[in-house]
Amino acid sequence: MWPIFDYGRFVSIISSSDVYGVVWMRSLAQLHKMANLRVLVGVKRVIDYAVKIRVKPDNSGVVTDGVKHSMNPFCEIAMEEAVRLKEKKLAKEIIAVSCGPAQAQETIRTALAMGADRGIHVEVTGKEYENMTPLHVSKIMAKLAQDQEANLVILGKQSIDGDNNQTGQMTAALLDWPQATFASEVTKENDHLKVVREIDGGLETVKVTLPAVITADLRLNEPRYATLPNIMKAKKKKIAKHKAADFGVDLTPTLEVVGVEDPPVRQAGQKVESTEELVAKLKDSGVV
Amino acid sequence: MLRSALKLALIQRSVAVYNLKEGVRPSLASVVRLNQQHYASTAAKTQERDVEPEPEKPPKPKVVQEEVEAEVEAAPSAGTKSFGFGMFMGQVAPEQVFPFPEVLDEEQKEFLQMLVDPVDKFFQEQNDALKNDMIEKVDDPTMQGLKEMGAFGLQVPQKLGGLGLSNTQYARLVEIVGEYDLGVGITLGAHQSIGFKGILIAGNPEQKAKYLPKLATGETVAAFCLTEPASGSDASSIKTRAVLSDDGKHFILNGGKIWISNGGLAEIFTVFAQTPLPDGKGGTKDKVTAFIVERSFGGVTNGPPEKKMGIKASNTAEVYFEDVKIPLENVLGEVGGGFKIAMHILNNGRFGMAAALSGTMKGVIKKAADHAAARTQFGEKIHKFGAIQEKLARMAMMQYVTESMAYMISANMDQGSKDFQLEAAISKIYGSEAAWFATDEAIQILGGMGYMRDCGVERVMRDLRIFRIFEGTNDILRLFVALTGIQFAGKNLQELQRALKNPLSNMGVISAAATKRIKRKLGLSSGPSLQQYVDPSLSSQSTQVSKAIDQFGGTIEDVLMKHGKKIIEQQFLLKRVADAAIDIYGMVAVLSRASRSIQRGDKTADYEKMICTVFCNEASERVTSNLATATSGKNDFKLMRDIAEEVVQKNQVVQDHPLGF
Repeated sequence: MWPIFDYGRFVSIISSSDVYGVVWMRSLAQLHKMANLRVLVGVKRVIDYAVKIRVKPDNSGVVTDGVKHSMNPFCEIAMEEAVRLKEKKLAKEIIAVSCGPAQAQETIRTALAMGADRGIHVEVTGKEYENMTPLHVSKIMAKLAQDQEANLVILGKQSIDGDNNQTGQMTAALLDWPQATFASEVTKENDHLKVVREIDGGLETVKVTLPAVITADLRLNEPRYATLPNIMKAKKKKIAKHKAADFGVDLTPTLEVVGVEDPPVRQAGQKVESTEELVAKLKDSGVV
Repeated sequence: MLRSALKLALIQRSVAVYNLKEGVRPSLASVVRLNQQHYASTAAKTQERDVEPEPEKPPKPKVVQEEVEAEVEAAPSAGTKSFGFGMFMGQVAPEQVFPFPEVLDEEQKEFLQMLVDPVDKFFQEQNDALKNDMIEKVDDPTMQGLKEMGAFGLQVPQKLGGLGLSNTQYARLVEIVGEYDLGVGITLGAHQSIGFKGILIAGNPEQKAKYLPKLATGETVAAFCLTEPASGSDASSIKTRAVLSDDGKHFILNGGKIWISNGGLAEIFTVFAQTPLPDGKGGTKDKVTAFIVERSFGGVTNGPPEKKMGIKASNTAEVYFEDVKIPLENVLGEVGGGFKIAMHILNNGRFGMAAALSGTMKGVIKKAADHAAARTQFGEKIHKFGAIQEKLARMAMMQYVTESMAYMISANMDQGSKDFQLEAAISKIYGSEAAWFATDEAIQILGGMGYMRDCGVERVMRDLRIFRIFEGTNDILRLFVALTGIQFAGKNLQELQRALKNPLSNMGVISAAATKRIKRKLGLSSGPSLQQYVDPSLSSQSTQVSKAIDQFGGTIEDVLMKHGKKIIEQQFLLKRVADAAIDIYGMVAVLSRASRSIQRGDKTADYEKMICTVFCNEASERVTSNLATATSGKNDFKLMRDIAEEVVQKNQVVQDHPLGF
């Protein structure tokens, strides 16, 4: 039996003094901590995938008032993976994090009902939330990963509203941790994780040492439904509330949304009677 | 004064006749009996209760006492807060309807909100209603998912493994089920709305602890066994019997039940059977007793799944009991008290049907509106055509009425009301007919597309048809509404009758009643005012309702005077009384809800006001017309009776073919 000790703090104590010691201690510690992963999972509240998106009349964004929201599907996959790690006794604790307005708590509750142990709500509202970018979120996630002494961060590869696909990568960069993005399979092998990634035209298999950041692709798993009894039990789980400032993150916008527009409406076609007419029309319009 | 005294004497006479025991046809009596009362057989006791100003009642034998209780439950005391009963006296009992009742506290609301999305998502993504319909069962993964979801124990207390939902919370979730798949709805409803509801409301702590945890998780499935081949609407005529074993340790159950939902799946059955009880004269008399029967007791078998028009996903089968040994501790409630329990269970479940059907209507309205907005004919989107607009408006209106009734009743139940049987029956009648209408019109709007299986509306139409038939057919429930209400009004007229015996000391009571009658007859009465409860912008609708209630109360008095005890045989008339009652309750439900929305400044307030206006305009006209027909000497009731009799005699249509062959 490995003694129970605090790996994260341990590393931070020795890492400044003894490089080789770190390497050695890491492999030792990894054996122990594989069964004791503390997993941080990001869960974003987005407009439900089934909702027909409408652009605001002033083109400043999309209509969110009175529109059904739910957990970003890729975040759901990330959460499911974390729960499976815990069910396989590879993880000891799952923390669900969401940055957003008060309603983001509902998303955290869903995560808690799926199997997260506790939640952290970083409240960001109004204009600040509208202008929040992946960099802001990454800074918060990175700080939280350190504060909470997490050794695995799992995020969705992107959210279906912003489609940025940046948060996972930037979080890893800020932490200086290895990253395995677009994961479609995660397995534990000795002291590391083997991750199969979905890349253009095929699959790539990588090994990552821990701590690490993983982003979930569509085929990683099929998330479970939050069952009503679990939702009931989740009521008792704790959600800590914070502000971005608590993590020293400045939410001053780094970019400005100039305009949001609907995709152009498809133009009506014309019916032609014959190929001659078709060719003539094409010539008229200068296509041929 | 003289004239009014004369009229009151007339009332007095008819009321006295009305309460006489003799002369009521047994078949009709049993109709009413189904609906929670022993109308015909307890008149004597009714008088006994009513004549005296009620000192301590002498203790009665248990059985009799229970019968009285069952009856009291059907017709509550004059002090009832039920709006439904009040209107039969031409009065407004505002407490349960104004303002629109709200029972959920913040925490309950929040919890419910958290449950809504996952359930909705489950039905959207996991459940395949068309597939269930085709394979004629709830697909295994869906069934498993529903059990894990907790859908089998929505109202079982949390400490017994359920979710412990209130009626209002339950209504909100079954509304979702109703929107997506009524076949699944019946599977779940047969399990918890009737299957084990008896254990929930009448079971003792040991029975609850033994059965509810497994039922809540769906490990065991429940079924409600009442109907028999010769006993449908007339439920007290069941033949299944349970007699004490010689050693007195068991009841031995024999008989057969038909059309039992979940009959082929269930492990736990709530079974109603006749048990012989001493009649006090040395002999025995059969009375209905409810039992909890486990399949594992042995002797319980079931037939193959029935082939049905709709709700095919749900299992319906015959269930047979052959020398089933039921331990004494599995009697539900008291021996001989089963009929009351059966009615209690059904009565308690009806609001859930209205809620589910309001969801069904939402679903078909979505499809119809979507099509109307997208489909172009004659160079116009079809929603621009009045023919389509009227359909959509009516569909939306009836959905609003159903939904308002369902949540008003569930809230009343959560507030602890016990006298909601009229309202519950009304909501079941209205909801099932409104949903049928809306779905029919949805198919009409969708045209040929709606007739196709893949569109998913024809299945809804098939699934819906049974809702007008089961758990008390709408026809029986109409009689129930009318007769229970009339009986209540009759009892209260007796107060007047009593006052008349001593006119000098009761002058106030008598002259008030007389003035009311005269005003009504002269068309001067505006009825009980609702203005103080209703938003001023709906004041003309509120006036319509007042007038309707006044007319209604007057009609009840008139028909009581005219028909006396024979009112029970006047089904043509009673149907119209019931229809008027349904419309009045509907008006009050939407007036109350729309007023709340207006006063809260809800975003949809204007829309709701429009719906409320149209519904009240139309419903008040229907009330007037129905009541006029009911009391008119020139109605066609007799003609219709004669036509029907001729058809029955010939067993086919009567006339010769226009071509002569």
